[in-house]
Amino acid sequence: MDNTLAQVLQNNKQKILEIWMQNQLADVSLRDDLISNEELRRQSEEMLSGLGRAAANGNTDNVHAPEYEQVTEILSDISITRARQGFSPRETGMYVLSLKKAISQVLEENYNTQPDVLYKSLLTLTNLIDSLSIVTFETYIKGREEVILRQTDEINEISTPVIRVWEGILALPIIGTLDSARTQTVMENLLQEIVNTGSSIAILDISGVPAVDSLVAQHLIKTVSATRLMGAECIISGIRAEIAQTIVHLGIDLSNIKTKASLASALQLAFSMRNVEVRNLNKNKGLNLSR
Amino acid sequence: MERIPILKMGPFLLVTIQVDLYDRLALNLESDLINMVSKTGARGVLIDISAVSIVDSFMGRILGNIASMSRIMDAETVVVGMQPAVAITLVELGLTLQGVHTALDVEKGMGLLYEKMDIAEHPEQDEEEDQDDSND
Repeated sequence: MDNTLAQVLQNNKQKILEIWMQNQLADVSLRDDLISNEELRRQSEEMLSGLGRAAANGNTDNVHAPEYEQVTEILSDISITRARQGFSPRETGMYVLSLKKAISQVLEENYNTQPDVLYKSLLTLTNLIDSLSIVTFETYIKGREEVILRQTDEINEISTPVIRVWEGILALPIIGTLDSARTQTVMENLLQEIVNTGSSIAILDISGVPAVDSLVAQHLIKTVSATRLMGAECIISGIRAEIAQTIVHLGIDLSNIKTKASLASALQLAFSMRNVEVRNLNKNKGLNLSR
Repeated sequence: MERIPILKMGPFLLVTIQVDLYDRLALNLESDLINMVSKTGARGVLIDISAVSIVDSFMGRILGNIASMSRIMDAETVVVGMQPAVAITLVELGLTLQGVHTALDVEKGMGLLYEKMDIAEHPEQDEEEDQDDSND
């Protein structure tokens, strides 16, 4: 029975391709802005001939067998590319599922006088395409996860800048949640920058941190301690009312750490620690301009 | 046997650790240093660890011990030039070296020791600094 499907695939390849292409093109969700028709046709043809060759071996239920390697490779390739290009799961899934429709239509035309053969071959086809669509989804999700991972890396990299605000004073605005991995990066960046610039004061601004729990506080305390070990002082600024409340309710002891409400007041403290004074200048008065 | 030289600079003792500290060497350094403090009556101990790239909890404890012992003998301890990786390791080990003063480099460490000595010797001149402190 399995040979029926393989034969149909071999003999009616062109016809199936036509119907399949029609189905895909007729689909309202086709994204012709993301993929050209020629490209789609080339992909489909490659996929179909791979499938025909694999089915000719008589294996129609195990898609992990070596003869299906080419087919799954093409499919994985297509779904990963689609995931990166921004196709929706529905559009990616429809690609394989519309093939089922095309093949079953051809099968029906060829065997409409032999219902038992038709039934058997349709069943085989369904099983095969289902396995293939699972492969598609697996790789699609994998492609999406890769995208997400890459974005996470990027966010981590761009979100920990160390700014030199004054001679010997560094500021480190932290934006986003502090987890262990991030604290590690923040700490390393800060300490390295302290060594590079020879700064003696670091201001850690946490106004961009959405919530502080005991773990985040622990991370902050660690960063402050490490800075102190290096021989620099650390000021934590940007503590909002809610955060102050949480910290006290959780019973976290920050009394050994200098804390300020805003970056401005932390900077002022840093200035006074370095014996720097910032004053308003009345230029007109000083220059004695007539006005 | 290998020893870490202890240099006397005015009222202070200067130790620069240029080799990887193994336990025996660290223990010797501890006892040598304390003997030296008692012999010279030093007012401050400056330990430069900028060349140390690996620390363990033992080394952290030795540093803490040296600081506590010196304090009893009326000498302040300043550890200078700690590498970022070393600082992170010590914090992860839970050794924050409370009671040890730290500075970025030897120059700043010396400055810190002089400052501490000035405060100790001329407490009546500190009014200005006290005011600064109250601003903090």
